[in-house]
Amino acid sequence: MDLGPYLLFASLEGLVHAAVLSLIALGLSLVFGVMRIVNVAHGEFFMLGAVLAWWISGFVFGNPAIGFLLALIIAPLIAGVIAMSSDWLILKHLKYDPEATIIATIGILYIIQQAVLMTFGPDARPVEQPFNYRLDLYWFGFSAYKFFVVFSAIILLFSVWLVMAKTKFGLILRATQLDSETAQAFGIPIATVYSLVFGVGAAIAAVAAVLIVPIQQAHYLMGGEPLLLAFIVVIIGGLGSLRGTVAAAVLIGMSDGIISVFFSPNLAKIIATLLVVIVLLIKPNGLFGSEKT
Amino acid sequence: MNKKNIISKNISRRKLMKGVAAAGTITAMPGFVRYSQAASSAPIKIGFQVHRTGIGAAYGRWYDRTTQAAVKVINDGGGINGRPIEIVAEDDGTDPKRGAEALEKFANQHKCDVAFGTLFSHVVIGSAPRAGELKLPYFVVSEGHHVASGMLNRYTLQPGITDVKSQVQAMAPFVKNNLGKKVTMVYPDFAFGHDHRDYFSAAFEAQGGQILAKVPIPPTESSFSKYFPKIPRDTEVLYHVMVGPAVLTFVKELGEFYGNKSPKLFGFIDSVEAVDLSTPGLEFLDGSYFWEGNPRYAQSNQTEHDKFYRSAVGVDENGASVSDSKDVSTYAHMFGCWETLHIIKKGMEEAGYSSVGDRSKLIEAVESMSNMPLSQAHPQGAKIFNGKTHQTFGHQYITKMTNGKLVLAHTTSIEDTFYPDEVDYTKQSF
Repeated sequence: MDLGPYLLFASLEGLVHAAVLSLIALGLSLVFGVMRIVNVAHGEFFMLGAVLAWWISGFVFGNPAIGFLLALIIAPLIAGVIAMSSDWLILKHLKYDPEATIIATIGILYIIQQAVLMTFGPDARPVEQPFNYRLDLYWFGFSAYKFFVVFSAIILLFSVWLVMAKTKFGLILRATQLDSETAQAFGIPIATVYSLVFGVGAAIAAVAAVLIVPIQQAHYLMGGEPLLLAFIVVIIGGLGSLRGTVAAAVLIGMSDGIISVFFSPNLAKIIATLLVVIVLLIKPNGLFGSEKT
Repeated sequence: MNKKNIISKNISRRKLMKGVAAAGTITAMPGFVRYSQAASSAPIKIGFQVHRTGIGAAYGRWYDRTTQAAVKVINDGGGINGRPIEIVAEDDGTDPKRGAEALEKFANQHKCDVAFGTLFSHVVIGSAPRAGELKLPYFVVSEGHHVASGMLNRYTLQPGITDVKSQVQAMAPFVKNNLGKKVTMVYPDFAFGHDHRDYFSAAFEAQGGQILAKVPIPPTESSFSKYFPKIPRDTEVLYHVMVGPAVLTFVKELGEFYGNKSPKLFGFIDSVEAVDLSTPGLEFLDGSYFWEGNPRYAQSNQTEHDKFYRSAVGVDENGASVSDSKDVSTYAHMFGCWETLHIIKKGMEEAGYSSVGDRSKLIEAVESMSNMPLSQAHPQGAKIFNGKTHQTFGHQYITKMTNGKLVLAHTTSIEDTFYPDEVDYTKQSF
């Protein structure tokens, strides 16, 4: 392939990757920002969203778009409720101690993974694309659905920003993030806020999964790689910073896409990890992280 | 849940007594007594290393069904020397480390007579040394060239399925004469894929063809588009072979990338094994060729043996489960389990196998086998087993996708698949 179309293809691939990655990382970043805990099970909520999407769309016959839309609503809800109940059952009782929650979320990771394996089996499950249209770009073809993924991710990111910046709920979240004790003193029900945030974080990851599953297939082991990449993104972007997360996701997603296409996907991961080391050395709080944490 | 409560609430004492009486009747039945009284009629225990989970799960599911079907047929026919087969299945997670542990359990905990059934080459390579140490005959159904290459040991045999080296060697002339001279290869980046890379390119270049590029893909990869631009534009034939849970994504993205402007496609069926070919997005495969170890669709020249085998395993004429047309089998590979179990039976009977002390006699009996004619025990076709290299050789099938079905286009001879011996395991001591 000539350099021009090659670059175009790599950028398009990178863009899709960046869109999905920014959603996954956003969930992780939100949870860390507000609750100050590291959710190692985040990738499993992503996987849960994908497997549920397959399960839900299996009930609907006829146009695949109906099953997909249904999954887009229900799968994140279920993932969110499961996350909220694991917060209520486990994390709350650990008083959100940073070390203990890491261990606990590792436990949640395995519980979800094995429960999905036992319930839905070990096979990769396809979900039909809501619409099947191939754009012929002369040198190569590209699925129109992939543009839909990018478009949806942008809308979702914008809505999260809108909620955070313009609504009362957003104000409560920001207050909790800034200083949870003072927020509590002002009558904010911290426990409920934490539960909600943990649920919303998982739900956003599940939305990303529902969007990606018509391209990739749902599989019980699919949560590992996005978790790693999401960590890389939030560390580079600055934990808890929405802007930083999106910027870092675009950086990592695009570079991953372009380096994967031109060189090798392994090199892309190596460079992303190297970037983390460099950022931690030069700007320990991430590119957009605030000075005090 | 509270088990105690369930029992005391739902089962009355009278029902319990009935159950005890029924159990007593069963143990008093003549068949049961025969097995339990005489030690010589105790079951032959075969440890089945199965990929129930991990990247080989689809294969594992069908290897299991084929194994169960073969065991039923053998046991209904009187078992092995009058003893029934008992399968001891152990999930290896398609993981070499767990594979070796499974063999350990078979030998020491379950006291299995032999181990059998592994497919993925990295699991075979990880497990076989342990089989040698445990002195446990290990019958693999893997296709890897590692058995015949001399990499493994006297205890590891592959009598029921042909290896990649012989398969690709038989494919090379067909590809060159019918499809094109400039080939790009896409293959999974582990032992099995490396066999394809090394032996197909060698065989194809020996035919006067040219390999333009080799594109390895990690077997755990979940998205593939990013690899396709590496395929040179002047490629005449794209040779593809992929494994793992994401094969459907692989072919779909291939179709998306090329549309109807693709080079000619020659694939190993592995790329769409267990995949429903009527899935939207796979239409572009029409007219492309596939290697198949055993044709998935019942062909017009179907043998009575394939008919029997197909219905015993529960596969319809389209290669899917008779109970679920979306549950597509791994038909091109799983016959290996059926045939291997029949070979174990024959070997044990010829060796006069009675207990684990006779394991080396069993291996010698299998090593002395050669011609395996087309029969109910060998429904895929006739085979010639090479006792020195522990590897079987057989016919290979090339099918063409025509209106959504794979139709037989060419059958190779067994001789097409021969290559000089690389090892003589019979010279190794037990």
